[in-house]
Amino acid sequence: MAVVTQLKTKPSVNSVSIRGLAQSYGALQILKQLDLDIPDGEFLVLLGPSGCGKSTLLNCIAGLLEPTHGQVFIKGKNVTWEEPKDRGIGMVFQSYALYPQMTVERNMSFGLRVAGMAKDEIEKRVGRAADILQLGPLLQRKPMQLSGGQRQRVAIGRALVRDVDVFLFDEPLSNLDAKLRAELRVEIKRLHQRLGNTMIYVTHDQIEAMTLADRIAVMKSGAIQQLDTPMTIYNRPINRYVAGFIGSPGMNFLKSEIEGAGAKAVLKFGPGKINLKDYTPVAPLMPKQVAFGVRPEHIRINAGAEAGLSDSFDAVVDIVEPMGSDSLVWLNVASQTMSARVESSEQYKPGEKVKIRFRVGLASLFDEATGDRL
Amino acid sequence: MSSQSLSIEPSGPKPRKWFEWERVLIYSFLIITALYWLFPLYIVIITSFKDLVTIRDGNIFMPQLHYPIVEVTTDAGTQMVQEHFYDPWVRAWLHVCTGLQCEGISPNFWKSVIITVPSVIISIAVAVTTGYALSNWPFKFSEAFFTVLIVGSFIPYQVMLYPMVLLTKNMGIYSTLYAVIFVHTVFGLPILTLLFRNYFQSLPAELFKAARVDGAGFWRILFQIFLPMSLPIMVVAIILQVTGIWNDFLFGVVFAGPQNYPMPVKLNNIFTSAQGVKEYNVEMAASILTGAVPLFIYFFSGKWFVRGIAAGAVKG
Repeated sequence: MAVVTQLKTKPSVNSVSIRGLAQSYGALQILKQLDLDIPDGEFLVLLGPSGCGKSTLLNCIAGLLEPTHGQVFIKGKNVTWEEPKDRGIGMVFQSYALYPQMTVERNMSFGLRVAGMAKDEIEKRVGRAADILQLGPLLQRKPMQLSGGQRQRVAIGRALVRDVDVFLFDEPLSNLDAKLRAELRVEIKRLHQRLGNTMIYVTHDQIEAMTLADRIAVMKSGAIQQLDTPMTIYNRPINRYVAGFIGSPGMNFLKSEIEGAGAKAVLKFGPGKINLKDYTPVAPLMPKQVAFGVRPEHIRINAGAEAGLSDSFDAVVDIVEPMGSDSLVWLNVASQTMSARVESSEQYKPGEKVKIRFRVGLASLFDEATGDRL
Repeated sequence: MSSQSLSIEPSGPKPRKWFEWERVLIYSFLIITALYWLFPLYIVIITSFKDLVTIRDGNIFMPQLHYPIVEVTTDAGTQMVQEHFYDPWVRAWLHVCTGLQCEGISPNFWKSVIITVPSVIISIAVAVTTGYALSNWPFKFSEAFFTVLIVGSFIPYQVMLYPMVLLTKNMGIYSTLYAVIFVHTVFGLPILTLLFRNYFQSLPAELFKAARVDGAGFWRILFQIFLPMSLPIMVVAIILQVTGIWNDFLFGVVFAGPQNYPMPVKLNNIFTSAQGVKEYNVEMAASILTGAVPLFIYFFSGKWFVRGIAAGAVKG
């Protein structure tokens, strides 16, 4: 029933808004004048390496950190000076942060008991959260008797019972092993589909970001580099930093040069040239040094000429990494190293001479000097 | 021989020689050290169970095995009395004299209890709160305050003695039990605050954050989240304070006043009061009685200590 009421909230109001938020410790700037609007019901992932300020941003939204400058709005209300409990947020932490001496039930009901809620209402809410997270049989256990995945479900339950508007996740899956991480990732996505709450999720794992997010904010040293849907960030990264951070194995960056301007521009790469008529530039291209960014799956080995593929280049196979579903082939092309992803049925040997073609329409060009997308 | 030993294929635990010189050295050192420390204790214990005649005539290393019936002359006349092995202990507890007082060491045992219990409770209660505040609720000068506290814990007590005497005099509590309790509480604070502050600092910061998101305030987080997790450090603090305060001589002799002397001061007076025969057996018994409380704590806290650590190891 709560699900229905939560879905009915006005979509026009932004669930969370950040205005000019800055955080610094002395001379060290953690966040730099950050603005961010998160519409109601969105799953936003803050992605970046450690020290980029993503956790600081989350703590500021939660009210656990006082920002040096700026404002935080939740549901249109300025909560910059509010206590965490009055902001309508629930938070899930990397280390689970369960109260070790309390049972699962008491862990989940702690916030409600603090708020002085009636006993039967507490019971009802804990029961509902336990149903959603399949924690029913574990309610009387202590955290030490639970596995990592169960502990994190309890931590999510603790946020769930409080009927909050916004869920904040601070790297919730980083302490789990790979298999559990994949399972719980699906569970979190299912939870979001079921509840429709706004969720802000901090991670350094680009796979979590890609799979969970409605939008990803890629952060670097206290600023958002790109804020867009996962597919846009994957296919049209705004700069070389974002391109390198998203995708595994990472994008290949090949040193090359643009010759000619506008529609006549071609890419001079090694001994040959690549036609750029399939590439959609941000602004008309000018002659300059560039990094030709191409993802491993956009390189074809020993393919015939077909639409969308560039002319062929000579390459030598260096190393082959079979990964089961596909294989990663490391190649030397024009004295540069790059990787190509091929079907595992295609077999190559180290030292083998091959011909490669690029899918230019899906590649990226970055200014060698500034790193910006061209 | 060598070809035979080479033919064994290594499997399972590696065979060890049953005799190794290193081991002999280690064990002899350990045994000698243990004897060196245990021997005086042995002498103290057997002497406390001897009568004065045996002490005077007998071998210091041999315990007394037979307790004779002796003739005792008092004002009421001469009586035949059966001696008991516990006689020196009873005398030490109830009858031994210092000056004109012949009540034994028992009144001073109770003085020590009255001094120790409130000092331990008050100092730990204040230190827990201060340490928690310093660790989790930073204020403007909290780092500076903490530094001052650490410096304070390194200042020798003797330096503070005279100022403390003046202070307690002005407070009107000098030469009372309140003065000793006050002084013990104050001097316990720096090290205890340091102890608790560092312990709370070592708890996961996210636990504190989670409790704040759940709406818990300063005292609720302390009492419902942090204190139940503090058993190991609490045991350490209690051991530190109880043994420290119980064994204290300096503050007892300076601040308590003669009517309130704690056990160690009384023990010293028993040793030094020169009248009649020196009753080694009673003095030994009084020594053991005085040391019994810390000894008891050391023996039994070991188990609790381990249990406390095991309970604290459960971090969510």
